[in-house]
Amino acid sequence: MSKLNLLYTEVEDDLRATVRDLLADRCQSSAVIAAYDGDRSLVVPLWKALATDLELAGLLVPDERGGAGASAREAAVVLEELGRAVAPVPFLTSSVVATTVLLGAEAGGPADDLLAALAAGDRTAALVVPLSTAPGAAVASLAAGAGGRVSGSVTSVAGALEADVFLVPVTTPDGTAVYAVPAEAVRIDPVVSLDMTRQLADLAVDSVPGEALIAAPAGAAAVQRGLEVGAALLASEQLGLAQWCLTATVAYLKERRQFGRVVGGFQALKHRLADLYVAVESAAAAARHAAATVAADDPDRAVATAVAQAWCGDVAVRAAEEAIQLHGGIGMTWEHPAHLYLKRAKAGQIAFGTPGFHRARLAELVELPAPTVGRGTRKAP
Amino acid sequence: MSTEATAREDLRRRVTAFLAEHDPATTDRLEFLRARYDAGLAWVWFPPGHGGLGLPRALQPEVEQRLAAAGAPDNNPRANGIGLGMAAPTILAFGTEEQKRRFLRPLWTGEESWCQLFSEPGAGSDLAAVSTRGVREGDDWIVNGQKVWTSGAHRARWAILVARTDPDVVKHAGLTYFLCDMTDPGVEVRPLRQITGEAEFNEVFLTDVHIPDSQRLGGEGEGWKVATATLNNERVAIGGDIPRESGMVGVLSRTWREHPERRTPELHDRLLRMWVEAEVARLTGERLRQKLAVGQPGPEGSAMKLVFARIAQEASGLDLELLGEEGLRYSDWAMVRPERVDFTGRDAGYRYLRAKGNSIEGGTSEILRNVVAERVLGLPGEPRVDKDVAWKDLPR
Ligand SMILES: Cc1cc2nc3c(=O)[nH]c(=O)nc-3n(C[C@H](O)[C@H](O)[C@H](O)COP(=O)(O)OP(=O)(O)OC[C@H]3O[C@@H](n4cnc5c(N)ncnc54)[C@H](O)[C@@H]3O)c2cc1C
Repeated sequence: MSKLNLLYTEVEDDLRATVRDLLADRCQSSAVIAAYDGDRSLVVPLWKALATDLELAGLLVPDERGGAGASAREAAVVLEELGRAVAPVPFLTSSVVATTVLLGAEAGGPADDLLAALAAGDRTAALVVPLSTAPGAAVASLAAGAGGRVSGSVTSVAGALEADVFLVPVTTPDGTAVYAVPAEAVRIDPVVSLDMTRQLADLAVDSVPGEALIAAPAGAAAVQRGLEVGAALLASEQLGLAQWCLTATVAYLKERRQFGRVVGGFQALKHRLADLYVAVESAAAAARHAAATVAADDPDRAVATAVAQAWCGDVAVRAAEEAIQLHGGIGMTWEHPAHLYLKRAKAGQIAFGTPGFHRARLAELVELPAPTVGRGTRKAP
Repeated sequence: MSTEATAREDLRRRVTAFLAEHDPATTDRLEFLRARYDAGLAWVWFPPGHGGLGLPRALQPEVEQRLAAAGAPDNNPRANGIGLGMAAPTILAFGTEEQKRRFLRPLWTGEESWCQLFSEPGAGSDLAAVSTRGVREGDDWIVNGQKVWTSGAHRARWAILVARTDPDVVKHAGLTYFLCDMTDPGVEVRPLRQITGEAEFNEVFLTDVHIPDSQRLGGEGEGWKVATATLNNERVAIGGDIPRESGMVGVLSRTWREHPERRTPELHDRLLRMWVEAEVARLTGERLRQKLAVGQPGPEGSAMKLVFARIAQEASGLDLELLGEEGLRYSDWAMVRPERVDFTGRDAGYRYLRAKGNSIEGGTSEILRNVVAERVLGLPGEPRVDKDVAWKDLPR
């Protein structure tokens, strides 16, 4: 196991500061809350500012393919900030997952143009799978008929409302291929989602001509790689989210007074927050490690991803639940932003596989197999 | 026959006779409920004349079962939790005969709904710090202040209210408890939306609200004692028998049975842990009820509320994980002012979010742990800076 840098480089710190400033300015919680009432006017300008003006959409794409030539480490820093602000932008779905899928296509092939357009922020894509699809699990793919016409439907797709092009896993006699289908050709039904900052949609296509960007059987590996990197970097978003919850709660409990005292001075709460701090710091280590292994294409990547997802998904939920609880009645209100974090955290726990799924996956990777003893053979001790 | 068996037998006869006289199929709902109250079959442990027969509380479930089996209408207890669970036992314990006669019957039948005007922006966990002022003027009290998180205020006819009537004494001693008419022109109710999208609770602004002294519950300056009784009632999950696998664990078990494709060994283990916890909690509640067959509940009920909140939260969270993709979807974020609260209704996302309130409403789980530690176990309290200071001189 090589020693990877689990801290932040100066470049990464600068990147964080830039993104944080922009979000502080352009992603206020009141505007994010409005998304729950159907007002998504924040999304397009914010995404343009991040993707195009700050040139973040191309972080994962090498220079020679039209991108910024950065790595998963920088993308992870961006995701930390997006998590901290519960920003409703399709960075994870387009700039990480869809982009990684396309990076699985050979350079010089039909995917080049779209990849460059995604990197430039000119176009936005989504991989057509349910958000709950985990790396290593079966992927629901559509059928391709004569002349490459694609038909079928997929539910609960993330990033679909923001996308202008879809990457569709398609089953062919040779295995899985990835097709591009323009958004105009797709029926998109928005779903009322638990997390409206990453609103889902149900998609249906009926005999739509698609373009095979990645031929079978290479599509399967490309899709898996997209899901894997998505899971690895989601951990950083969960980290940023958990950090916001911890910071906001500590700040509130330093001010809120009951019983003539600052509530944060009660030892029961101090211990709770100290425990949460330890969990969040551990999440930072796990998330950084996952990002670094992806960036370095380290052989430990799969283990690092499973560990990060098994840990960070639960920590984010715990941090958000503690934030609500420790804010008391205020935390249960619509106006206070804490609920945005709870909803994002709970949906994130299910996205790309639950922590339980990742523990089971880890069991295989590190050769700690589950018992095979069935009910019929169990003996009394 | 033992006295209990005799009482049970006698009660059975009463229910039969009552049903013979009031056929649920042909009697108007409200008429039926009023008659049931007058027959002492509303809450048998209440005294005769106030909807009861002075019998052990343990006999109530059988009455409920027999009436339900005969197709009798119920008093919609879910829409009336604060009235039935909190206002009624407090009025019974501290009310004058006149107050009991005026308030208990329409409360029980659901004709008059109640809310709880306790919490304020500056007084949540520290309820004794309320600053809503009550000033005596002739036969009336003039009340001014702001309450917050008031569940169901938008449909309440009456409220239980704690106000400061003497700022010159220590905070616990200067409180008085009132029954407040929500139709008074000085009462303004503004919806407060919560994380589920609904506005179940409200802000309530009280401006020169007139409360006749005859609607004071308990003595002047005794508000803390009366409020504590209300909270002990709020915190103890009494009520009828709770069947096995009810509540949130019932919902979770149903999800498990309906979704074989979602089962994993890990989820199975967590499900069964929850199931055992819920079953043990059910038995603990039953044991507590047997201990409390008569009289007012004490601080022990706090332990039950702690457990109930934790199970509801963990089970609803697990339900979402179990549902997976389906758990990512929500029914409706629309802002509505609900008629009633249904913790186990609607979709899994709603249940998960609403359950977050269970460890805040009616005393937070942190405060309940303090109650158990200090009032049940007798451990020393935190050093108090506000014990011997007049309320008006407290730092704020
Ligand atoms: C869904 C819902 C419905 C409600 N309905 C009603 C209602 O109908 N009527 C009504 O009057 N009120 C109602 N409430 C209000 C509720 O009673 C208060 O929110 C609660 O008592 C906490 O007060 P607070 O919000 O001011 O939090 P605070 O008291 O400010 O507490 C903030 C945090 O500090 C913790 N804390 C405070 N003191 C201590 C301590 N000594 N030791 C350790 N931790 C401590 C708390 O547990 C909490 O986590 C409702 C609340 C909710 C969420």
